[in-house]
Amino acid sequence: MSRTIPPEVTSDEPGESVVAAHSGDRLASMLTHRRSRLLRKLSPLPILTGFLTLCVVAMLVIVLWNIVRGGIGGLTWEFLTAAPTEGMTKGGIFPAIFGTVFLVFLMTIFAIPVGVATAIFLRYYARPESRLARLVRVAVNNLAGVPSIVFGLFGLGFFIQFVGRGIDRAFYGGHLAFGQPAIIWASLTLAILTLPVVIVTTEEAMRAIPRDYIEASFALGATRWQTIRHVVIPNSITGILTGGILAISRGAGEVAPIMFTGAAYYLPYLPSKLNDQFMELGYHVYVLSTQSPDVEKTLPLLYSTVLVLLLLTFALNALAVVIRMRLRLRHAG
Amino acid sequence: MGRLITTVAISTISAIILIFLFIGREAAPVITSPDVHREVTVGKMVVPLESRVGRPKMFMWQPVSQTPKYSLPPLLLGSLKATLVAILFATPFAVGAALYSSEFAPPRAREMIKPVIEMLAGIPSVVMGFFALIVLASVLKDTFGWKFRLNATNAGIALGIAIIPVIYTVAEGALRAVPRQFREASLALGASPWATARRVVLPAAAPGIFAGVTLGFGRAIGETMIVLMASGNAAIWSPHLTDSIRTMSATIAAELAEVVNGSAHYHVLFFIGALLFLITFLINLLGELYIGRLRRRLTGVAG
Repeated sequence: MSRTIPPEVTSDEPGESVVAAHSGDRLASMLTHRRSRLLRKLSPLPILTGFLTLCVVAMLVIVLWNIVRGGIGGLTWEFLTAAPTEGMTKGGIFPAIFGTVFLVFLMTIFAIPVGVATAIFLRYYARPESRLARLVRVAVNNLAGVPSIVFGLFGLGFFIQFVGRGIDRAFYGGHLAFGQPAIIWASLTLAILTLPVVIVTTEEAMRAIPRDYIEASFALGATRWQTIRHVVIPNSITGILTGGILAISRGAGEVAPIMFTGAAYYLPYLPSKLNDQFMELGYHVYVLSTQSPDVEKTLPLLYSTVLVLLLLTFALNALAVVIRMRLRLRHAG
Repeated sequence: MGRLITTVAISTISAIILIFLFIGREAAPVITSPDVHREVTVGKMVVPLESRVGRPKMFMWQPVSQTPKYSLPPLLLGSLKATLVAILFATPFAVGAALYSSEFAPPRAREMIKPVIEMLAGIPSVVMGFFALIVLASVLKDTFGWKFRLNATNAGIALGIAIIPVIYTVAEGALRAVPRQFREASLALGASPWATARRVVLPAAAPGIFAGVTLGFGRAIGETMIVLMASGNAAIWSPHLTDSIRTMSATIAAELAEVVNGSAHYHVLFFIGALLFLITFLINLLGELYIGRLRRRLTGVAG
């Protein structure tokens, strides 16, 4: 393995060593420091990778700038609070916002308890190398890698065709009540999709709890469940919250899983029952941009809808980042 | 209480099993049901078909014509074309940025890269699809003079932007996991920082970078909304990257809402979903293998 070493570093110029000998170590270290900084600036790899990094930043800026520029003009109070009118070429997006909020609210009711319980199991109940713990980890990893459209298929095949039809047969005498696309099925599908986010974030927060706390609790004679209830959960509540927020942000942006499990093209009323269909922001963007009879006419409206969706997910992500940072500071201090 | 928690944890295992079972249950009639076989068989899905007697045989995806035709090869090719463009586009940027942030970036720049990547990851795919459909497609068409606005390259680039965070995160993690002693030994031998990065750090972290690219591939091939909106959705058997494509995921998304439950078409769409599930499962497995190899390499266990 003979690698050529760049000559700049090895060449020992006599002039410099003389200076170093005369002025002591500080100057010598200053010189090498300056030289290595110069080198860092001039060598091709740092320049190339720095440029590539800038390109990534530029992509983000271009996408965001374009959407903000196109959407900010139409972002009025009326747009946020009115229903679509004139075949969705005018009016607002209130039903879509309402549907999205309702959807992710239901989703968190399912995802957070299951996710937190799984994280507690992995951290405090299972032996880390036990077969069951490893199986759960493999399952969570795999769940995170399943394409979102496959979740949509699953929601249709399992929740609607199997569970929903089963409920109809058992309680509604075969009348169609739950065996059709509905907000409950869409939110359950999303809950499974976002489960890995909740589990990973919660586990991370629980890992940050100092061992002493747990050991002190056990030393006082508390049982495992008492320790979890009074020490682990209170100390990781912000982490659990972060997981929930990240799950909401992810769930609010997903369209493929809800396309056949409950999202509606247009509804003249707001969803109020668990088996109602609903309008949703992401799906609304898809519908407006691909099925609109007059794209030119709906474009400003479309831009504003995209901006609302983007602001919603970004605000949630920013909130999660802030909570995490404060959490880290607290544990560090 | 412990029993309840264990039960809930096991339910996450059952979730993945249920997905497997119920996609399989709706896909199986393509192989087993004689009713479906009157319209389509697995054999007919992979060989070229005659559109009319005497016409040359070709691959066709025409699920709602008088005699429905379900050729899978154009869909598979479409998915592969979009994914290929996405990987070729995303890898240099993602790995370059990861290398910059782990080796060269001053601390302040490093702190700024992370939120940028997180924001990029936070853009919903329907928003990227919208951007590719409305903005990117026109820019690319005007720049290169392509015949079709919506094509494999357009969708692939948008897909590429969407998977940069995946590749970046895994690659950066791998680069950062390279022990400091490796770098210090190299620097002590007189190598410059960039020679160290290129000859020591990069080779040591290579399996992790492969893992990132592999996971990016898995994410791209399953991604739906971007290709649904930006690829043109025409099932053409063509090698050109500037032709429109119809991917497996977009086919399911576009057609499932309109099919009759239990029809041959319905089962074929689930069959495609099962294929997609299987492909991403294997690809993710490959990614895990690379990560395992990286771990063994960096911790010094033979492997």
